[in-house]
Amino acid sequence: MIIDLDRFVAAERPFWTELEGLLDKLEADPNRQMSLEGVRRFHFLYERTASALAKITTFSAEPETRRYLENLVARAYGEIHETREKRTRLHLLDWFFRTLPQTFRQHVRAFQVSLAITVVGCAFGGLAILLDPASKPVLMPFPHLLQDPAKRVAEEEHARSDRLAGQKTSFSAFLMTHNIRVSILTMAMGMSWGVGTIILLFYNGVMLGAVAADYIRAGQTKFLLGWLLPHGVVEIPAILIAGQAGLVLAFALVGWGNRNSLRVRLRIVSRDIVTLIFGVGVLLVWAGIVEAFLSQYHEPVLPYSVKITFGIVELVLLTLYLSRSGKS
Amino acid sequence: MRAHSLQIRTPEGIVFSQLLASPVTRFLAWLVDLLCISTVITTFGFLLVPLQLISVDLASGVATLSYFAISIGYGVCFEWWWRGQTIGKKLLRLRVVDAEALRLQFSQIALRNLLRFVDSLPLFYLVGGLVCWFSSKSQRLGDIAANTVVVRFPRVSEPDLDQLLAGKYNSLRNYPHLCARLRQRVSPIEASVVLQSLLRRDDLDLADRIQLFADLAAYFREKVEFPLEATTGIADEQYLRNVTDVLFRAQDARHTQGPKPAGQVAA
Repeated sequence: MIIDLDRFVAAERPFWTELEGLLDKLEADPNRQMSLEGVRRFHFLYERTASALAKITTFSAEPETRRYLENLVARAYGEIHETREKRTRLHLLDWFFRTLPQTFRQHVRAFQVSLAITVVGCAFGGLAILLDPASKPVLMPFPHLLQDPAKRVAEEEHARSDRLAGQKTSFSAFLMTHNIRVSILTMAMGMSWGVGTIILLFYNGVMLGAVAADYIRAGQTKFLLGWLLPHGVVEIPAILIAGQAGLVLAFALVGWGNRNSLRVRLRIVSRDIVTLIFGVGVLLVWAGIVEAFLSQYHEPVLPYSVKITFGIVELVLLTLYLSRSGKS
Repeated sequence: MRAHSLQIRTPEGIVFSQLLASPVTRFLAWLVDLLCISTVITTFGFLLVPLQLISVDLASGVATLSYFAISIGYGVCFEWWWRGQTIGKKLLRLRVVDAEALRLQFSQIALRNLLRFVDSLPLFYLVGGLVCWFSSKSQRLGDIAANTVVVRFPRVSEPDLDQLLAGKYNSLRNYPHLCARLRQRVSPIEASVVLQSLLRRDDLDLADRIQLFADLAAYFREKVEFPLEATTGIADEQYLRNVTDVLFRAQDARHTQGPKPAGQVAA
Protein backbone atom coordinates (compact mmCIF):
# COMPACT_ATOMS: atom_id res chain seq x y z
CA MET A 1 0.00 0.00 0.00
CA ILE A 2 1.30 3.45 -0.87
CA ILE A 3 0.04 6.27 1.24
CA ASP A 4 1.90 9.11 -0.43
CA LEU A 5 2.45 8.38 -4.10
CA ASP A 6 4.48 11.51 -4.76
CA ARG A 7 6.92 10.69 -2.03
CA PHE A 8 7.09 7.09 -3.17
CA VAL A 9 7.88 8.06 -6.78
CA ALA A 10 10.41 10.64 -5.65
CA ALA A 11 12.15 8.09 -3.42
CA GLU A 12 12.22 5.32 -6.03
CA ARG A 13 13.04 7.31 -9.16
CA PRO A 14 16.84 7.29 -8.61
CA PHE A 15 16.77 3.47 -8.62
CA TRP A 16 14.73 3.40 -11.83
CA THR A 17 17.05 5.87 -13.49
CA GLU A 18 20.07 3.82 -12.44
CA LEU A 19 18.50 0.63 -13.81
CA GLU A 20 17.60 2.38 -17.07
CA GLY A 21 21.20 3.56 -17.43
CA LEU A 22 22.53 0.06 -16.85
CA LEU A 23 20.11 -1.39 -19.39
CA ASP A 24 21.09 1.20 -21.98
CA LYS A 25 24.74 0.25 -21.54
CA LEU A 26 23.97 -3.48 -21.72
CA GLU A 27 21.90 -3.11 -24.86
CA ALA A 28 24.42 -0.82 -26.55
CA ASP A 29 27.29 -3.20 -25.90
CA PRO A 30 26.13 -6.83 -25.76
CA ASN A 31 29.66 -8.02 -24.96
CA ARG A 32 29.85 -5.93 -21.83
CA GLN A 33 30.94 -7.99 -18.83
CA MET A 34 29.70 -7.01 -15.38
CA SER A 35 31.61 -7.64 -12.18
CA LEU A 36 30.01 -9.76 -9.47
CA GLU A 37 29.22 -6.61 -7.56
CA GLY A 38 27.71 -5.08 -10.71
CA VAL A 39 25.51 -8.13 -11.29
CA ARG A 40 24.32 -8.03 -7.70
CA ARG A 41 23.47 -4.34 -8.02
CA PHE A 42 21.67 -4.99 -11.31
CA HIS A 43 19.62 -7.75 -9.74
CA PHE A 44 18.79 -5.56 -6.75
CA LEU A 45 17.64 -2.73 -9.02
CA TYR A 46 15.52 -5.13 -11.07
CA GLU A 47 13.80 -6.52 -7.99
CA ARG A 48 13.26 -3.07 -6.53
CA THR A 49 11.74 -1.77 -9.76
CA ALA A 50 9.57 -4.88 -10.13
CA SER A 51 8.37 -4.39 -6.62
CA ALA A 52 7.55 -0.73 -7.36
CA LEU A 53 5.60 -1.86 -10.40
CA ALA A 54 3.59 -4.28 -8.28
CA LYS A 55 2.77 -1.47 -5.85
CA ILE A 56 1.89 1.11 -8.46
CA THR A 57 -0.23 -1.27 -10.56
CA THR A 58 -3.09 -0.88 -8.10
CA PHE A 59 -2.94 2.86 -8.46
CA SER A 60 -5.45 4.57 -10.66
CA ALA A 61 -3.86 7.68 -11.95
CA GLU A 62 -0.33 6.82 -12.92
CA PRO A 63 -0.64 5.28 -16.40
CA GLU A 64 2.63 6.82 -17.58
CA THR A 65 4.61 5.73 -14.55
CA ARG A 66 3.13 2.25 -14.76
CA ARG A 67 3.92 1.96 -18.47
CA TYR A 68 7.43 3.28 -17.86
CA LEU A 69 7.98 0.71 -15.12
CA GLU A 70 6.50 -2.09 -17.21
CA ASN A 71 8.90 -1.24 -19.99
CA LEU A 72 11.83 -1.10 -17.58
CA VAL A 73 10.93 -4.39 -15.89
CA ALA A 74 10.39 -6.08 -19.28
CA ARG A 75 13.87 -5.02 -20.45
CA ALA A 76 15.56 -6.06 -17.23
CA TYR A 77 13.59 -9.32 -17.11
CA GLY A 78 14.91 -10.22 -20.57
CA GLU A 79 18.49 -9.60 -19.45
CA ILE A 80 18.20 -11.45 -16.15
CA HIS A 81 16.18 -14.50 -17.15
CA GLU A 82 17.81 -15.15 -20.53
CA THR A 83 19.62 -18.49 -20.40
CA ARG A 84 20.60 -18.81 -24.05
CA GLU A 85 24.14 -18.01 -25.05
CA LYS A 86 24.70 -14.29 -25.17
CA ARG A 87 25.23 -12.87 -28.64
CA THR A 88 28.88 -12.33 -29.34
CA ARG A 89 30.82 -10.99 -32.26
CA LEU A 90 30.42 -13.20 -35.29
CA HIS A 91 33.59 -15.04 -36.28
CA LEU A 92 32.95 -15.92 -39.89
CA LEU A 93 35.67 -18.55 -40.21
CA ASP A 94 34.69 -20.24 -36.97
CA TRP A 95 31.07 -20.20 -38.06
CA PHE A 96 31.90 -21.68 -41.47
CA PHE A 97 34.37 -24.35 -40.37
CA ARG A 98 32.76 -25.35 -37.05
CA THR A 99 29.20 -24.18 -36.46
CA LEU A 100 27.76 -24.93 -39.89
CA PRO A 101 29.11 -28.48 -40.37
CA GLN A 102 28.36 -29.32 -36.72
CA THR A 103 24.78 -28.15 -37.15
CA PHE A 104 24.51 -30.14 -40.37
CA ARG A 105 25.66 -33.30 -38.62
CA GLN A 106 23.40 -32.66 -35.65
CA HIS A 107 20.38 -32.83 -37.96
CA VAL A 108 21.77 -35.37 -40.41
CA ARG A 109 18.62 -37.48 -40.26
CA ALA A 110 16.59 -34.61 -41.66
CA PHE A 111 19.18 -34.37 -44.45
CA GLN A 112 18.79 -38.09 -45.16
CA VAL A 113 15.03 -37.67 -45.39
CA SER A 114 15.53 -34.69 -47.69
CA LEU A 115 17.88 -36.77 -49.85
CA ALA A 116 15.47 -39.72 -49.93
CA ILE A 117 12.58 -37.50 -51.09
CA THR A 118 14.75 -36.04 -53.85
CA VAL A 119 15.93 -39.51 -54.93
CA VAL A 120 12.33 -40.70 -55.12
CA GLY A 121 11.52 -37.62 -57.19
CA CYS A 122 14.52 -38.33 -59.46
CA ALA A 123 13.37 -41.91 -59.96
CA PHE A 124 9.86 -40.73 -60.75
CA GLY A 125 11.08 -38.10 -63.23
CA GLY A 126 13.51 -40.51 -64.88
CA LEU A 127 10.92 -43.24 -65.25
CA ALA A 128 8.34 -40.80 -66.54
CA ILE A 129 10.70 -39.63 -69.33
CA LEU A 130 11.72 -43.17 -70.22
CA LEU A 131 8.15 -44.47 -70.31
CA ASP A 132 6.53 -41.37 -71.78
CA PRO A 133 8.94 -39.04 -73.63
CA ALA A 134 6.01 -36.81 -74.55
CA SER A 135 5.76 -35.73 -70.93
CA LYS A 136 8.96 -33.69 -71.33
CA PRO A 137 7.28 -30.24 -71.49
CA VAL A 138 5.45 -31.00 -68.24
CA LEU A 139 8.45 -32.35 -66.38
CA MET A 140 11.00 -29.78 -67.60
CA PRO A 141 9.39 -26.36 -67.86
CA PHE A 142 12.54 -24.73 -69.27
CA PRO A 143 12.63 -23.97 -73.04
CA HIS A 144 16.35 -24.74 -73.47
CA LEU A 145 15.83 -28.25 -72.10
CA LEU A 146 13.01 -29.15 -74.42
CA GLN A 147 15.10 -29.62 -77.55
CA ASP A 148 16.69 -32.93 -78.49
CA PRO A 149 19.78 -33.49 -76.24
CA ALA A 150 21.94 -34.66 -79.16
CA LYS A 151 21.03 -31.55 -81.14
CA ARG A 152 21.79 -29.29 -78.19
CA VAL A 153 25.18 -30.96 -77.61
CA ALA A 154 26.05 -30.52 -81.28
CA GLU A 155 25.09 -26.84 -81.12
CA GLU A 156 27.07 -26.25 -77.93
CA GLU A 157 30.17 -28.03 -79.20
CA HIS A 158 30.16 -26.25 -82.55
CA ALA A 159 29.34 -22.84 -81.26
CA ARG A 160 31.66 -20.23 -82.78
CA SER A 161 30.95 -17.50 -80.31
CA ASP A 162 30.56 -17.25 -76.56
CA ARG A 163 26.80 -17.01 -76.08
CA LEU A 164 27.28 -15.72 -72.54
CA ALA A 165 29.75 -13.02 -73.54
CA GLY A 166 28.91 -9.77 -71.81
CA GLN A 167 26.35 -11.31 -69.49
CA LYS A 168 28.23 -13.79 -67.33
CA THR A 169 28.13 -11.64 -64.18
CA SER A 170 24.44 -10.86 -64.49
CA PHE A 171 23.69 -14.51 -65.30
CA SER A 172 25.67 -15.59 -62.26
CA ALA A 173 23.84 -13.05 -60.06
CA PHE A 174 20.50 -14.25 -61.42
CA LEU A 175 21.38 -17.88 -60.65
CA MET A 176 22.50 -17.04 -57.12
CA THR A 177 19.43 -15.01 -56.23
CA HIS A 178 16.99 -17.41 -57.89
CA ASN A 179 18.45 -20.48 -56.20
CA ILE A 180 18.67 -18.77 -52.81
CA ARG A 181 15.03 -17.70 -53.14
CA VAL A 182 13.98 -21.28 -53.94
CA SER A 183 16.05 -22.56 -51.00
CA ILE A 184 14.58 -20.09 -48.54
CA LEU A 185 11.10 -21.00 -49.75
CA THR A 186 11.92 -24.71 -49.33
CA MET A 187 13.02 -24.03 -45.77
CA ALA A 188 10.10 -21.71 -44.99
CA MET A 189 7.61 -24.27 -46.27
CA GLY A 190 8.53 -26.30 -43.21
CA MET A 191 5.83 -24.21 -41.54
CA SER A 192 3.25 -26.22 -43.51
CA TRP A 193 4.19 -29.17 -41.27
CA GLY A 194 6.75 -30.07 -43.92
CA VAL A 195 4.24 -30.70 -46.71
CA GLY A 196 5.44 -27.75 -48.80
CA THR A 197 9.09 -28.67 -48.25
CA ILE A 198 8.45 -32.27 -49.32
CA ILE A 199 6.60 -31.14 -52.45
CA LEU A 200 9.39 -28.75 -53.45
CA LEU A 201 12.10 -31.36 -52.85
CA PHE A 202 10.16 -33.97 -54.79
CA TYR A 203 9.49 -31.58 -57.68
CA ASN A 204 13.17 -30.62 -57.80
CA GLY A 205 14.04 -34.32 -57.89
CA VAL A 206 11.55 -34.95 -60.69
CA MET A 207 13.14 -32.25 -62.88
CA LEU A 208 16.64 -33.50 -62.15
CA GLY A 209 15.72 -37.12 -62.85
CA ALA A 210 13.90 -36.20 -66.04
CA VAL A 211 16.84 -34.16 -67.40
CA ALA A 212 19.34 -36.89 -66.49
CA ALA A 213 17.23 -39.66 -68.05
CA ASP A 214 16.66 -37.58 -71.20
CA TYR A 215 20.38 -37.04 -71.79
CA ILE A 216 21.38 -40.59 -70.84
CA ARG A 217 18.70 -41.99 -73.16
CA ALA A 218 20.15 -39.83 -75.96
CA GLY A 219 23.66 -41.15 -75.26
CA GLN A 220 24.93 -37.83 -73.95
CA THR A 221 26.02 -38.98 -70.48
CA LYS A 222 29.48 -37.46 -70.77
CA PHE A 223 28.06 -34.06 -71.74
CA LEU A 224 25.52 -34.31 -68.94
CA LEU A 225 28.21 -34.99 -66.35
CA GLY A 226 30.45 -32.26 -67.71
CA TRP A 227 27.56 -29.82 -67.73
CA LEU A 228 25.96 -30.61 -64.35
CA LEU A 229 28.78 -31.80 -62.09
CA PRO A 230 30.81 -28.58 -61.68
CA HIS A 231 27.93 -26.61 -60.17
CA GLY A 232 25.45 -29.39 -59.42
CA VAL A 233 27.58 -31.10 -56.79
CA VAL A 234 27.29 -27.92 -54.71
CA GLU A 235 23.89 -26.65 -55.84
CA ILE A 236 21.97 -29.89 -55.30
CA PRO A 237 23.37 -30.51 -51.79
CA ALA A 238 22.55 -26.88 -51.00
CA ILE A 239 18.91 -27.42 -51.96
CA LEU A 240 18.96 -30.64 -49.93
CA ILE A 241 20.28 -28.72 -46.91
CA ALA A 242 17.50 -26.15 -47.38
CA GLY A 243 15.10 -29.10 -47.35
CA GLN A 244 16.87 -30.35 -44.23
CA ALA A 245 16.26 -26.97 -42.55
CA GLY A 246 12.60 -27.08 -43.61
CA LEU A 247 12.22 -30.59 -42.22
CA VAL A 248 13.91 -29.60 -38.94
CA LEU A 249 11.31 -26.83 -38.67
CA ALA A 250 8.54 -29.27 -39.56
CA PHE A 251 9.74 -31.86 -37.00
CA ALA A 252 9.75 -29.13 -34.33
CA LEU A 253 6.21 -28.15 -35.29
CA VAL A 254 4.90 -31.70 -35.30
CA GLY A 255 6.88 -32.70 -32.21
CA TRP A 256 6.64 -36.47 -32.45
CA GLY A 257 8.17 -38.07 -29.37
CA ASN A 258 9.09 -34.70 -27.93
CA ARG A 259 7.46 -33.73 -24.66
CA ASN A 260 8.55 -30.09 -24.86
CA SER A 261 5.97 -27.46 -25.70
CA LEU A 262 5.80 -26.11 -29.26
CA ARG A 263 7.39 -22.87 -28.12
CA VAL A 264 10.34 -24.67 -26.54
CA ARG A 265 10.79 -26.98 -29.54
CA LEU A 266 10.88 -24.04 -31.93
CA ARG A 267 13.20 -22.11 -29.64
CA ILE A 268 15.64 -25.04 -29.62
CA VAL A 269 15.88 -25.35 -33.42
CA SER A 270 15.57 -21.72 -34.56
CA ARG A 271 19.29 -21.00 -34.40
CA ASP A 272 20.13 -24.23 -36.26
CA ILE A 273 17.66 -23.45 -39.02
CA VAL A 274 19.18 -20.01 -39.52
CA THR A 275 22.70 -21.49 -39.52
CA LEU A 276 21.72 -24.06 -42.16
CA ILE A 277 20.00 -21.57 -44.43
CA PHE A 278 22.89 -19.11 -44.23
CA GLY A 279 25.19 -22.01 -45.15
CA VAL A 280 22.96 -22.77 -48.11
CA GLY A 281 23.36 -19.15 -49.20
CA VAL A 282 27.16 -19.45 -49.13
CA LEU A 283 27.11 -22.71 -51.13
CA LEU A 284 24.74 -21.25 -53.72
CA VAL A 285 26.92 -18.18 -54.25
CA TRP A 286 29.77 -20.54 -55.14
CA ALA A 287 27.48 -22.67 -57.34
CA GLY A 288 26.24 -19.56 -59.16
CA ILE A 289 29.78 -18.47 -59.98
CA VAL A 290 30.75 -21.95 -61.22
CA GLU A 291 27.59 -22.38 -63.28
CA ALA A 292 27.97 -19.08 -65.10
CA PHE A 293 31.73 -19.09 -65.57
CA LEU A 294 32.51 -22.81 -66.01
CA SER A 295 29.54 -25.14 -66.48
CA GLN A 296 28.29 -23.45 -69.66
CA TYR A 297 31.57 -24.05 -71.53
CA HIS A 298 31.98 -27.41 -73.23
CA GLU A 299 34.41 -29.19 -75.50
CA PRO A 300 36.42 -28.10 -77.37
CA VAL A 301 36.72 -24.95 -75.19
CA LEU A 302 36.91 -26.99 -71.99
CA PRO A 303 37.47 -30.78 -72.01
CA TYR A 304 34.75 -32.75 -70.28
CA SER A 305 37.38 -34.66 -68.33
CA VAL A 306 38.53 -31.42 -66.70
CA LYS A 307 34.96 -30.41 -65.82
CA ILE A 308 34.09 -33.84 -64.48
CA THR A 309 37.30 -34.00 -62.44
CA PHE A 310 36.56 -30.51 -61.08
CA GLY A 311 33.09 -31.63 -60.07
CA ILE A 312 34.37 -34.79 -58.37
CA VAL A 313 37.01 -32.82 -56.45
CA GLU A 314 34.32 -30.37 -55.28
CA LEU A 315 32.08 -33.25 -54.19
CA VAL A 316 34.89 -34.90 -52.22
CA LEU A 317 35.78 -31.59 -50.55
CA LEU A 318 32.15 -30.86 -49.73
CA THR A 319 31.67 -34.35 -48.29
CA LEU A 320 34.82 -34.01 -46.20
CA TYR A 321 33.78 -30.55 -45.08
CA LEU A 322 30.30 -31.58 -43.98
CA SER A 323 31.39 -34.84 -42.37
CA ARG A 324 34.71 -33.88 -40.78
CA SER A 325 35.03 -30.13 -40.33
CA GLY A 326 34.73 -28.91 -36.76
CA LYS A 327 34.90 -32.39 -35.26
CA SER A 328 37.87 -31.57 -33.03
CA MET B 1 -9.56 -15.40 -29.61
CA ARG B 2 -7.08 -12.62 -30.21
CA ALA B 3 -5.58 -11.07 -27.08
CA HIS B 4 -4.85 -7.37 -26.91
CA SER B 5 -1.86 -7.62 -24.64
CA LEU B 6 0.96 -9.96 -23.85
CA GLN B 7 0.97 -10.75 -20.13
CA ILE B 8 4.21 -11.93 -18.58
CA ARG B 9 4.40 -13.22 -15.04
CA THR B 10 7.93 -13.19 -13.67
CA PRO B 11 9.16 -15.86 -11.23
CA GLU B 12 8.95 -13.13 -8.59
CA GLY B 13 5.20 -12.96 -9.19
CA ILE B 14 5.23 -9.57 -10.90
CA VAL B 15 2.93 -9.23 -13.88
CA PHE B 16 3.68 -6.83 -16.68
CA SER B 17 1.93 -6.46 -19.98
CA GLN B 18 2.74 -5.20 -23.42
CA LEU B 19 0.13 -4.18 -25.98
CA LEU B 20 0.05 -6.42 -29.06
CA ALA B 21 0.06 -4.74 -32.44
CA SER B 22 -2.97 -5.41 -34.61
CA PRO B 23 -2.59 -6.90 -38.12
CA VAL B 24 -3.75 -3.59 -39.64
CA THR B 25 -1.09 -1.54 -37.84
CA ARG B 26 1.53 -4.06 -38.85
CA PHE B 27 0.40 -3.88 -42.46
CA LEU B 28 0.74 -0.09 -42.40
CA ALA B 29 4.26 -0.41 -40.96
CA TRP B 30 5.08 -2.87 -43.73
CA LEU B 31 3.85 -0.38 -46.35
CA VAL B 32 6.21 2.25 -44.93
CA ASP B 33 9.06 -0.28 -45.00
CA LEU B 34 8.20 -1.20 -48.58
CA LEU B 35 8.45 2.46 -49.50
CA CYS B 36 11.83 2.70 -47.75
CA ILE B 37 13.12 -0.42 -49.54
CA SER B 38 11.97 0.94 -52.90
CA THR B 39 13.67 4.27 -52.18
CA VAL B 40 16.95 2.60 -51.20
CA ILE B 41 16.89 0.35 -54.27
CA THR B 42 16.13 3.26 -56.61
CA THR B 43 18.90 5.34 -55.05
CA PHE B 44 21.29 2.43 -55.37
CA GLY B 45 20.28 2.07 -59.02
CA PHE B 46 21.31 5.68 -59.64
CA LEU B 47 24.62 5.08 -57.88
CA LEU B 48 25.31 2.18 -60.23
CA VAL B 49 25.07 4.36 -63.36
CA PRO B 50 28.83 5.14 -63.37
CA LEU B 51 29.52 1.40 -63.10
CA GLN B 52 27.58 0.89 -66.32
CA LEU B 53 30.21 2.94 -68.11
CA ILE B 54 32.81 0.36 -67.11
CA SER B 55 30.69 -2.76 -67.65
CA VAL B 56 26.96 -3.10 -68.24
CA ASP B 57 27.16 -6.77 -67.28
CA LEU B 58 28.88 -6.01 -63.98
CA ALA B 59 26.41 -3.21 -63.18
CA SER B 60 23.48 -5.49 -63.94
CA GLY B 61 24.91 -8.27 -61.76
CA VAL B 62 25.56 -5.89 -58.87
CA ALA B 63 22.04 -4.46 -59.23
CA THR B 64 20.47 -7.94 -59.10
CA LEU B 65 22.48 -8.90 -56.03
CA SER B 66 21.94 -5.61 -54.25
CA TYR B 67 18.18 -5.68 -54.88
CA PHE B 68 18.05 -9.16 -53.39
CA ALA B 69 20.30 -8.27 -50.45
CA ILE B 70 18.42 -5.05 -49.64
CA SER B 71 14.96 -6.61 -49.85
CA ILE B 72 15.94 -9.45 -47.51
CA GLY B 73 18.53 -7.68 -45.38
CA TYR B 74 16.48 -4.54 -44.66
CA GLY B 75 14.28 -6.17 -42.03
CA VAL B 76 17.06 -8.29 -40.55
CA CYS B 77 19.55 -5.43 -40.21
CA PHE B 78 17.17 -2.80 -38.91
CA GLU B 79 15.50 -5.11 -36.42
CA TRP B 80 18.92 -6.18 -35.19
CA TRP B 81 20.44 -2.70 -34.93
CA TRP B 82 17.32 -1.01 -33.57
CA ARG B 83 16.35 -3.84 -31.24
CA GLY B 84 13.25 -5.05 -33.02
CA GLN B 85 12.34 -1.96 -35.00
CA THR B 86 12.41 -0.97 -38.67
CA ILE B 87 11.65 2.51 -39.94
CA GLY B 88 7.98 1.59 -40.43
CA LYS B 89 7.75 0.03 -36.99
CA LYS B 90 9.45 3.05 -35.41
CA LEU B 91 6.99 5.43 -37.04
CA LEU B 92 4.02 3.39 -35.88
CA ARG B 93 5.55 2.76 -32.45
CA LEU B 94 5.84 -0.99 -32.91
CA ARG B 95 8.61 -3.31 -31.79
CA VAL B 96 9.43 -6.99 -32.27
CA VAL B 97 10.02 -8.67 -28.92
CA ASP B 98 10.55 -12.20 -27.71
CA ALA B 99 7.23 -13.89 -26.93
CA GLU B 100 8.48 -14.65 -23.42
CA ALA B 101 9.98 -11.18 -23.00
CA LEU B 102 13.50 -12.59 -23.09
CA ARG B 103 16.37 -11.00 -24.98
CA LEU B 104 15.73 -10.96 -28.74
CA GLN B 105 18.29 -13.15 -30.53
CA PHE B 106 19.72 -12.63 -33.99
CA SER B 107 18.46 -16.07 -35.07
CA GLN B 108 14.91 -15.06 -34.14
CA ILE B 109 15.12 -11.89 -36.21
CA ALA B 110 16.64 -13.74 -39.18
CA LEU B 111 14.08 -16.54 -39.02
CA ARG B 112 11.03 -14.29 -38.79
CA ASN B 113 12.28 -12.26 -41.74
CA LEU B 114 13.16 -15.31 -43.86
CA LEU B 115 9.73 -16.75 -43.27
CA ARG B 116 8.25 -13.74 -45.02
CA PHE B 117 8.66 -15.96 -48.10
CA VAL B 118 5.63 -18.00 -46.98
CA ASP B 119 3.85 -15.23 -45.13
CA SER B 120 3.79 -13.08 -48.26
CA LEU B 121 2.15 -15.84 -50.34
CA PRO B 122 0.26 -15.66 -52.62
CA LEU B 123 0.50 -11.85 -52.60
CA PHE B 124 0.28 -8.91 -50.20
CA TYR B 125 0.97 -11.07 -47.15
CA LEU B 126 -2.34 -12.87 -47.43
CA VAL B 127 -1.12 -16.03 -45.66
CA GLY B 128 0.69 -14.04 -42.96
CA GLY B 129 -2.24 -11.66 -42.54
CA LEU B 130 -4.78 -14.45 -42.13
CA VAL B 131 -2.59 -16.36 -39.68
CA CYS B 132 -1.98 -13.11 -37.77
CA TRP B 133 -5.69 -12.35 -37.69
CA PHE B 134 -6.61 -15.72 -36.22
CA SER B 135 -3.57 -16.06 -33.95
CA SER B 136 -4.17 -15.44 -30.26
CA LYS B 137 -1.06 -13.26 -30.11
CA SER B 138 -1.36 -11.69 -33.56
CA GLN B 139 1.58 -13.71 -34.83
CA ARG B 140 2.26 -14.44 -38.48
CA LEU B 141 4.02 -17.70 -39.40
CA GLY B 142 7.44 -16.07 -39.07
CA ASP B 143 6.60 -14.91 -35.56
CA ILE B 144 5.36 -18.35 -34.55
CA ALA B 145 8.53 -20.02 -35.82
CA ALA B 146 10.83 -17.42 -34.26
CA ASN B 147 8.80 -17.16 -31.05
CA THR B 148 8.36 -13.42 -31.36
CA VAL B 149 5.48 -10.98 -31.12
CA VAL B 150 5.08 -7.41 -32.29
CA VAL B 151 4.08 -5.03 -29.53
CA ARG B 152 2.82 -1.48 -29.63
CA PHE B 153 4.00 1.40 -27.50
CA PRO B 154 1.24 3.97 -27.72
CA ARG B 155 2.10 7.50 -26.75
CA VAL B 156 0.42 8.02 -23.40
CA SER B 157 -1.18 11.40 -23.65
CA GLU B 158 -2.06 13.30 -20.55
CA PRO B 159 -5.73 14.28 -20.41
CA ASP B 160 -6.31 17.99 -20.73
CA LEU B 161 -7.06 18.49 -17.07
CA ASP B 162 -6.71 22.24 -17.23
CA GLN B 163 -9.66 22.37 -19.57
CA LEU B 164 -11.65 20.13 -17.21
CA LEU B 165 -10.78 21.82 -13.98
CA ALA B 166 -10.64 25.37 -15.32
CA GLY B 167 -8.46 26.58 -12.47
CA LYS B 168 -11.19 26.22 -9.88
CA TYR B 169 -10.49 25.81 -6.22
CA ASN B 170 -10.52 22.15 -5.14
CA SER B 171 -11.83 21.86 -1.61
CA LEU B 172 -10.85 18.17 -1.38
CA ARG B 173 -7.19 19.12 -1.52
CA ASN B 174 -7.45 20.59 1.97
CA TYR B 175 -7.40 17.00 3.22
CA PRO B 176 -4.24 15.43 1.83
CA HIS B 177 -4.59 12.23 3.86
CA LEU B 178 -8.09 11.65 2.45
CA CYS B 179 -6.86 12.48 -1.05
CA ALA B 180 -4.15 9.86 -0.66
CA ARG B 181 -6.73 7.32 0.51
CA LEU B 182 -8.95 8.14 -2.48
CA ARG B 183 -6.09 7.60 -4.92
CA GLN B 184 -5.28 4.33 -3.26
CA ARG B 185 -8.84 2.99 -3.27
CA VAL B 186 -9.86 3.93 -6.79
CA SER B 187 -8.95 1.38 -9.45
CA PRO B 188 -7.51 2.42 -12.84
CA ILE B 189 -10.80 1.50 -14.55
CA GLU B 190 -12.87 3.57 -12.14
CA ALA B 191 -10.56 6.54 -12.63
CA SER B 192 -10.84 6.17 -16.37
CA VAL B 193 -14.66 6.08 -16.15
CA VAL B 194 -14.90 9.33 -14.24
CA LEU B 195 -12.41 11.04 -16.54
CA GLN B 196 -14.19 9.90 -19.69
CA SER B 197 -17.58 10.91 -18.35
CA LEU B 198 -16.28 14.46 -17.86
CA LEU B 199 -14.51 14.58 -21.20
CA ARG B 200 -17.68 13.46 -23.02
CA ARG B 201 -20.16 15.53 -21.04
CA ASP B 202 -21.27 17.51 -24.09
CA ASP B 203 -22.13 14.32 -25.97
CA LEU B 204 -24.70 13.36 -23.35
CA ASP B 205 -28.30 14.47 -23.08
CA LEU B 206 -28.88 16.86 -20.19
CA ALA B 207 -31.06 14.48 -18.16
CA ASP B 208 -28.75 11.54 -18.77
CA ARG B 209 -25.74 13.60 -17.87
CA ILE B 210 -27.26 14.76 -14.57
CA GLN B 211 -28.25 11.19 -13.72
CA LEU B 212 -24.82 9.80 -14.66
CA PHE B 213 -22.93 12.40 -12.64
CA ALA B 214 -25.25 11.84 -9.67
CA ASP B 215 -24.62 8.08 -9.75
CA LEU B 216 -20.88 8.50 -10.15
CA ALA B 217 -20.66 11.12 -7.42
CA ALA B 218 -22.59 8.89 -5.02
CA TYR B 219 -20.28 6.01 -5.86
CA PHE B 220 -17.10 8.02 -5.25
CA ARG B 221 -18.51 9.61 -2.10
CA GLU B 222 -18.76 6.10 -0.67
CA LYS B 223 -15.15 5.35 -1.54
CA VAL B 224 -13.79 8.00 0.80
CA GLU B 225 -15.91 10.18 3.02
CA PHE B 226 -14.69 13.79 3.00
CA PRO B 227 -15.83 16.18 5.76
CA LEU B 228 -19.05 18.05 5.06
CA GLU B 229 -17.31 21.43 4.74
CA ALA B 230 -15.38 20.07 1.77
CA THR B 231 -18.41 18.81 -0.11
CA THR B 232 -21.35 20.94 0.92
CA GLY B 233 -22.70 23.12 -1.85
CA ILE B 234 -20.73 21.37 -4.56
CA ALA B 235 -22.69 20.04 -7.53
CA ASP B 236 -22.16 16.40 -8.49
CA GLU B 237 -20.30 17.38 -11.62
CA GLN B 238 -17.96 19.68 -9.73
CA TYR B 239 -17.41 16.98 -7.13
CA LEU B 240 -16.35 14.61 -9.92
CA ARG B 241 -14.04 17.26 -11.35
CA ASN B 242 -12.41 17.61 -7.94
CA VAL B 243 -12.06 13.84 -7.68
CA THR B 244 -10.46 13.74 -11.15
CA ASP B 245 -8.07 16.48 -10.10
CA VAL B 246 -7.03 14.45 -7.08
CA LEU B 247 -6.68 11.22 -9.07
CA PHE B 248 -4.87 12.47 -12.13
CA ARG B 249 -2.87 15.39 -10.86
CA ALA B 250 -0.45 14.36 -8.17
CA GLN B 251 0.34 17.94 -7.20
CA ASP B 252 -0.50 21.23 -8.75
CA ALA B 253 1.30 24.32 -7.65
CA ARG B 254 -1.23 26.59 -9.29
CA HIS B 255 -4.00 25.54 -6.93
CA THR B 256 -4.20 26.42 -3.31
CA GLN B 257 -3.18 23.39 -1.35
CA GLY B 258 -4.85 24.51 1.82
CA PRO B 259 -3.91 27.25 4.26
CA LYS B 260 -0.30 28.32 4.01
CA PRO B 261 1.83 27.93 7.11
CA ALA B 262 1.95 30.99 9.25
CA GLY B 263 4.61 33.44 8.27
CA GLN B 264 4.89 32.27 4.64
CA VAL B 265 4.60 35.10 2.18
CA ALA B 266 2.70 34.47 -0.98
CA ALA B 267 4.76 35.10 -4.10
